[in-house]
Amino acid sequence: MKPFRYERASGVASACATAAAPGAKFIAGGTNLIDLMKLQIETPELLVDIGLLPLADIIESTGEGGLRIGAGVTNSALAADMRVRRLYPLLSQAILAGASTQLRNKATTGGNLLQRTRCPYFYDTTKPCNKRVPGSGCAALHGINRMNAVMGVSDDCIAAHPSDMAVAMTALDARVETVAADGAIRTIPIDALYRAPGSTPHIETVLAPGEMIRSVLLPPPPKGRQVYRKVRDRASFAFALVSVAVVVEREGDRVRAARVAFGGLSYKPWRSAEAEASLEGASATRASFDAAGIAALKNARGYGHNDFKIPLARRTLRATLADAVGA
Amino acid sequence: MERELTPRSSISRRRFLGTAGVTTMVLASPPAFAEATAEPSSLPKENVRLSVNGRQHALDLDPRTTLLDTLREHLALTGTKKGCDQGQCGACTIIVNGQRINSCLTLAVMHDGDEITTIEGLVEDGDLHPMQAAFVRHDGLQCGYCTPGQICSAVALLAEHRAGWPSHVTADVATRPALSDAEIAERMSGNICRCSAYPNIVAAIRDVNEGGRG
Amino acid sequence: MAESKHADVIGLPLDRIDGRLKVTGRATYAFEYAAQGSAAYGVIVSASIGKGRIAGIDARDAQRLPGVLLVLTKDNAPAQAPWGPVDLPDRFARAEPALNTDEVLYFGFPVAFVVAETFEQASAAAAMVRIRYNPIPGDYDLHAAGPAAENPGRIDGNAPADSATGDFESAFANAQVRIDAKYTTPYQHQAPMEPHATMAAWEGEMLTVHTSAQLTASPQEGLARTFNIPKEDVRIITRYVGGGFGSKLPYYVDATLAAIGARTLGRPVKVAMTRPQLFHTTTHRTASEQHIRLGADRDGRLTAYGQEALVHCARFDQFTEPVVDAARRLYAAPNRLTRHRRAKLDLPRSDSMRAPGEAIGLLGLECAMDELADALGLDPVELRLRNDTQSDPEQDRPFASRHLAEALREGAARFGWDKRVAKPASVRDGPWFVGLGVASAIRGDVLQSATARARLESDGRLTIELAMTDIGTGSYTILTQIAADTMDMPVDRVAVRLGDTRFPPTAGSGGSFGAATSGSAVLAACRKLKAGRASGTTEALGSVTPADLDEAYSHAGFGAHFAEVGVDRDTGEVRVRRMLGVFAAGRILNAKTARSQMIGGMTWGIGSALLEENHVDLRFGSFINQDLANYHVAVNADVGAMDVVFLDEADPHGSPLGSKGVGELGICGAGAAIMNAIHNATGARIRDFPATSDKLLATLEKLDP
Repeated sequence: MKPFRYERASGVASACATAAAPGAKFIAGGTNLIDLMKLQIETPELLVDIGLLPLADIIESTGEGGLRIGAGVTNSALAADMRVRRLYPLLSQAILAGASTQLRNKATTGGNLLQRTRCPYFYDTTKPCNKRVPGSGCAALHGINRMNAVMGVSDDCIAAHPSDMAVAMTALDARVETVAADGAIRTIPIDALYRAPGSTPHIETVLAPGEMIRSVLLPPPPKGRQVYRKVRDRASFAFALVSVAVVVEREGDRVRAARVAFGGLSYKPWRSAEAEASLEGASATRASFDAAGIAALKNARGYGHNDFKIPLARRTLRATLADAVGA
Repeated sequence: MERELTPRSSISRRRFLGTAGVTTMVLASPPAFAEATAEPSSLPKENVRLSVNGRQHALDLDPRTTLLDTLREHLALTGTKKGCDQGQCGACTIIVNGQRINSCLTLAVMHDGDEITTIEGLVEDGDLHPMQAAFVRHDGLQCGYCTPGQICSAVALLAEHRAGWPSHVTADVATRPALSDAEIAERMSGNICRCSAYPNIVAAIRDVNEGGRG
Repeated sequence: MAESKHADVIGLPLDRIDGRLKVTGRATYAFEYAAQGSAAYGVIVSASIGKGRIAGIDARDAQRLPGVLLVLTKDNAPAQAPWGPVDLPDRFARAEPALNTDEVLYFGFPVAFVVAETFEQASAAAAMVRIRYNPIPGDYDLHAAGPAAENPGRIDGNAPADSATGDFESAFANAQVRIDAKYTTPYQHQAPMEPHATMAAWEGEMLTVHTSAQLTASPQEGLARTFNIPKEDVRIITRYVGGGFGSKLPYYVDATLAAIGARTLGRPVKVAMTRPQLFHTTTHRTASEQHIRLGADRDGRLTAYGQEALVHCARFDQFTEPVVDAARRLYAAPNRLTRHRRAKLDLPRSDSMRAPGEAIGLLGLECAMDELADALGLDPVELRLRNDTQSDPEQDRPFASRHLAEALREGAARFGWDKRVAKPASVRDGPWFVGLGVASAIRGDVLQSATARARLESDGRLTIELAMTDIGTGSYTILTQIAADTMDMPVDRVAVRLGDTRFPPTAGSGGSFGAATSGSAVLAACRKLKAGRASGTTEALGSVTPADLDEAYSHAGFGAHFAEVGVDRDTGEVRVRRMLGVFAAGRILNAKTARSQMIGGMTWGIGSALLEENHVDLRFGSFINQDLANYHVAVNADVGAMDVVFLDEADPHGSPLGSKGVGELGICGAGAAIMNAIHNATGARIRDFPATSDKLLATLEKLDP
């Protein structure tokens, strides 16, 4: 690690003001940032520790019947919260499918959303990577890209977002509430938090310097059955090849409404309006579920080693939808 | 220009240098490298208070020091192991404020005032913790390097389960699952054992959970 | 006559002697010596190119950082012996110099070394050593190098690279049933939990090296060779080793550099490789291409039997993984052909990983046997029974003991093999296709040289000393049992001391020879001590040599693996539901630790069938997976129900102890049983290991309703 100064934040406003300085970074759980600092992929000059801010640790009901989740709530606490387990089981399932208990005990809600890609070329500092060193090239594009994205990316970067939690939150229409360096508060739909790589893959979110995720807002739970399915190379403690979050509301033998989000396919959790439109009013059958997958992946593009993700995502969606409707 | 370095020890290097010539080990350095003994760090240090296994410690630490290296290199508590230093193996698992974490992925300065239990702290009055005893009885270890992390993890696992936490293999996350072997295996999957004592580790945890002595 | 009270302790499932130390965190590993003490911290800097030369090094910025004590590069490293000699009979005793060349031989090649007061300072400074390279293109592609691969002459273990019996080609051409298949296995890594580490200190001319090593005599000799100092001036201490699996047979530059750093600074220096460094700077298992041709008559009797393997070795080395070793001894067939070809690549060194040879050779061979059973319409267990033999098919000598058939029969009965439906994709359990698979296990047995000292202390306790290691296999425990049994003493009156070159020399731990070799030495020492007790002897040395294994016989352990897998019909995820291994491994020295060894090996079978693989990025010459998040070894949830059965097997012609190796037999064939179960479950015949989901999707598409 490069040397850095360390400050314990005493309040949200002052933390945001401090962290707006060049070279400053928030740290909460640290499970991703410290790993990257050891490899000198991240080299902050100042760490602003927001892990002990009292506001960060709250899960509370909102007036509209949803939940407000403090950004500092650990993944474990969120997954174990009985309101989440009963009303948003999708979210519990997704969190529990990620990492290990030790990591989830430390990793926070805000940090999970902002974790960086696991692309091996991003991690190997001897290789070109536009995300790590803008302009150096993308070694993954023609490299061993089995874990990389197939949707929404550019030839400058095909990194995939590694979060499970964020996939569930995307399907649940979560919004993040942020505090800017000047104290201004805004809410951003989670889908709009992430920036497409385009030609600037090093800029990953719409957050400004010093802007902190304060909480995540879940709207009231959607009607229908929620299921999260993660496909990975080993039975546990592995990043997703593909994951799927679905919410399916059934009416007789038809689907009244559905929500579909994928993990492992893109720079962000990939909400598929195409799949949702295809499912709305469709019969709750394998054929419809297949059609939804084909619609969802219509614009997918494989890069060689990850070509399999396209049929795998379609098959996984089909199975998950079937599971959700009890077929 | 090169010159020979004289080792600090005053012992003659004659034998060490040998007489064969070609393969002799000659310590030679450019002056810039030889004057290497920079003064110890003048970086700002952070004061950190830790309670480790019931003992209070006040440390002045380079902020870069992980909790793992603090335990191993500053407090000589080497029972906690460094397997990957990346949060990917679990050998460094300790219990902080009642929860198991990877001590390699956290800085000591982030834990000022925290209560820490390491493998050394599980022994009480010379008696093994029931989990430690069960690991021996069921041969839940081979090389032993992942073992302290496995045991800390297992101890915390039982507390998490008592608190009703679900896991990835819990069929309905809104329920409090029974601690089946599949539940134990999933909850222990953050602790890699390359010797692969996994079935024995599961047996040891099951045994302790059932209150047995084997 | 007093009744013997403490004999017959050999074989009992005693708890691991070192268990208490290990579960309390008090077993001390190499890096943990001099914690909080005087040791400075060393960090190795690895090359960032695959092949080329160092054009220049600028260490000034690193040098200026606080706490930095030493920056060592090719520009200021001391003279050392050149690497090698490459043909030294004990390749683990070669000189291992560091920073003595401007050549970069492989990605990750050590190019600088930084020592500082703290680990944090050393790590930061290591990143500040600026190195310019002149890269040159390297050969990194095993497949492309195949056509020009060389005949290595000899393979690891010193057997000839090629063998031929009868007329293979015409027998194969004329066989009634033929299998002609190409299998590939990937680069694999030993990935021990404890990274390679050394703490070195000098007292005068005496170098003491605490290092994580499977061997003691070899690194002692090797370091002495590197520094041109007498062997007696090097002491290796390795009391506890956090796993080796072959990767700690060689010693590495962590030992060399710690010693140089300690000498230069006049204080102890300790060095641990980082986890990413392990993937390149230590050894790995070569990838392999295997061409297998089996010819049989309609009754399933093999008439032609051929396995040809292509492997890699680092350009500067000469290791050849003995891929077809198992094929030479597993089944009878009159016409035989085996062949190794070796491509020299500009990759890091390939060397031993658990059961070098059999571990991957049997993946191909035992899957091909499954294909043959399929082609014949014959039960796979029955096919193996029909080709069993009591005499070594290529050595013209009987096996000292071979109970493969018994293992297959016993396993089939216990596993419920009769319930297997031969037609693939016939059994469903919810979303899972379920299948059963079988494979034979064989692992050659050898004996090495070892000497042990047995000493009766004045208080009547017995001390056993030998420079053996315990890498998790249970050496401390079984040697205690052997000594207690032989001396007729309670085990708690016996203290076994290992891992120190001040003790009598042994061949260490490797190749499954450790227990029989060291155990036979302890047995001999104790017998001598016991015999001399009446005449006042209190100390005795006992030895064993390779000649103590009767050359009139062929020596190997055998077994049978059975696996049940589920394959998710949608995603292709494979989960091992249960495994059974039945083994005939001679006399079992400790039923508990031996079972653990087998479970470990079988779990590695899961790894090789489903999880473990690395890829070389051919543009850079580096492995793509450089950590444990991307190189997947099995986690707890990957392991289903595991059952291990040992057959009673006396081996009167084997080692003096009658034991055989157990550390590697468990992996041999295990992955093939799983792959064969996948075929039974789905009909997919995957010949490119491992069977990740992507490789199953095409088959599953066809099985979709």
